[in-house]
Amino acid sequence: MPHSRLLLGAGIVGLLALLPLSGSTYLMYLSTQVLIFVLFATSLNILIGYAGLVSFGHAAFFAIGGYGCAILLRTYEIPLLLAMPAALVMTAILSALIGSLCVRLTSYYFSMLTLAFGQLIWAVVFKWRSMTGGDDGLLRVDSPSWIDTPASFFIFTLLVVTLAMLALWIVAHSPLGRTLMAIRENQVRAGFLGVHTRRVQLVAFTIAGTFAGLAGALFALFNRSIFPDSAWWLQSAEVLIMVVLGGMNSFFGPMVGALTLIVLSRFTLEVTDYWPGLLAIILLATLFFFPNGIAGLLKAKGKR
Amino acid sequence: MMYATIQFLNGLSYGLSLFLVAAGLSIIFGVLRVLNFAHGTFYMLGGYIAYEAVSHIGLSDGGFWIAVALSGLVLAVLAAIIERLMLRKLYGRDEVYQLLFTFALVLLFSDVIRGLWGTQVLSISFPPELSGAQDLGLAYYPRYRLFLCLVGIVVAIGVWFVFQRTRWGRIIRAATQDREILGALGINVPLVYLVVFSAGAALAGIGGALAAPALALKPGMDTEIIVECFIVVIIGGLGSLWGAFIGAILIGQLRSIGLYFVPEWEIVLVYLLMIAVLAFRPWGLLGKREGE
Repeated sequence: MPHSRLLLGAGIVGLLALLPLSGSTYLMYLSTQVLIFVLFATSLNILIGYAGLVSFGHAAFFAIGGYGCAILLRTYEIPLLLAMPAALVMTAILSALIGSLCVRLTSYYFSMLTLAFGQLIWAVVFKWRSMTGGDDGLLRVDSPSWIDTPASFFIFTLLVVTLAMLALWIVAHSPLGRTLMAIRENQVRAGFLGVHTRRVQLVAFTIAGTFAGLAGALFALFNRSIFPDSAWWLQSAEVLIMVVLGGMNSFFGPMVGALTLIVLSRFTLEVTDYWPGLLAIILLATLFFFPNGIAGLLKAKGKR
Repeated sequence: MMYATIQFLNGLSYGLSLFLVAAGLSIIFGVLRVLNFAHGTFYMLGGYIAYEAVSHIGLSDGGFWIAVALSGLVLAVLAAIIERLMLRKLYGRDEVYQLLFTFALVLLFSDVIRGLWGTQVLSISFPPELSGAQDLGLAYYPRYRLFLCLVGIVVAIGVWFVFQRTRWGRIIRAATQDREILGALGINVPLVYLVVFSAGAALAGIGGALAAPALALKPGMDTEIIVECFIVVIIGGLGSLWGAFIGAILIGQLRSIGLYFVPEWEIVLVYLLMIAVLAFRPWGLLGKREGE
């Protein structure tokens, strides 16, 4: 089955690559944003769906990647093709550092710690004015000329996100992914089998953080700016709800969740700014009525 | 000396009001095994409800105290409804769902508060009985903050007394050990859960109402306080009442020291303490090791 799924994925990417032919700038913007959040949500799902670790501070790494890339590009005028990998290395190091503290304890403690460290990163971004611009954010984060138009930036994002998703898919279906699931089901037993459970979880945390950083870097380029809000807990909540709504027990679920929420937020924000309240209601409905998310609903339909 | 005394008392009063919230969080976790992300939200709601009550009945002639009691009452009823109608349905499910549920409450009520009271900073004046400063010999100190210290200590002793010396306390302690046996002994366990969740929320609401005159009511205070409560229980050990007490006092003092030496960055000291505890005693100063 996985091969037919990969084929389907390739087909979707191929069709998406034709999207610039439509000529609609609005469609370009919307799809670019969806792609970025597909990557962000899938990176979080490595932790939630596979490792069973619920992070409430995943936006921290999104922001670190975004700010890292923006600062290198704008303040130090380093070319993009160097700035982006450098930002990723930085995110990887910080995820490993924070992760090594967060995986020391499991379940509840993990969730508390990720929220706490997420808010710490936000506070640092907010207060370190000379580097991050504080409250005003960083403006005029200019992309190089070869990805300067909505269409070319979309193709660039499509390429990066496709490669990243492929990498995450390989991770999820590798022995590492299986080991993570084994630890999720029974940490003690996995330990008895000779698995260094904390180290495996740390590797997963670092991978998840780094790919969130990549999504953040793309997001900063996409908006040509970045603000402290990107590290705020509400951003973590949004991506978490994408994962839960889409379905945390499926690799492709969070993609559906990201698409649904981004499109929904576009329409909602035009009428009301009570988006967090709506998010809460979506989350509650998911928890009580379809706990396996949209992917779970589709699967149940398919079986019937 | 005078300055040091004032800083010490500032830290103490802050720590003790933090304890009011962290204690409820810790007790709820101990009994229900639910980590209540919405506990900071209950605290915030308490503050806003007190603000609303005071703006109708005024501060004088005991108005402030009625407002505080009302906050506790409203939160107790609200939490009871939430537990009975929603949270209860999730007990048998994976812990992820309970976490996400309380998190949904945070999102929901932050928007409810924004809708009802807007985003501007609100505040309550000190109640007339406790305004002004007290001469402590070494320094003058606001009487209201001294009162906050007293409340924290009284609550700590009160909760300890209820837990150790009353029938209800025995039942609650038994519920933390083994809910099934407790049920088999003819105790109404679902009722115990309801009461504990409701009482914990009331404590947070009263904490928020009492803290309102000492600080400002503004959006974002819910996450600010819940993050600090998490740090308190990580330092002290989740589920331990005295752990929460020690954690809260330590954080209060650390913040007031930090305010002097590294203003703006005092929160970093708090995180450094948490990291140190995680490195050497990851289960908290008074907590139990996992799986023991």
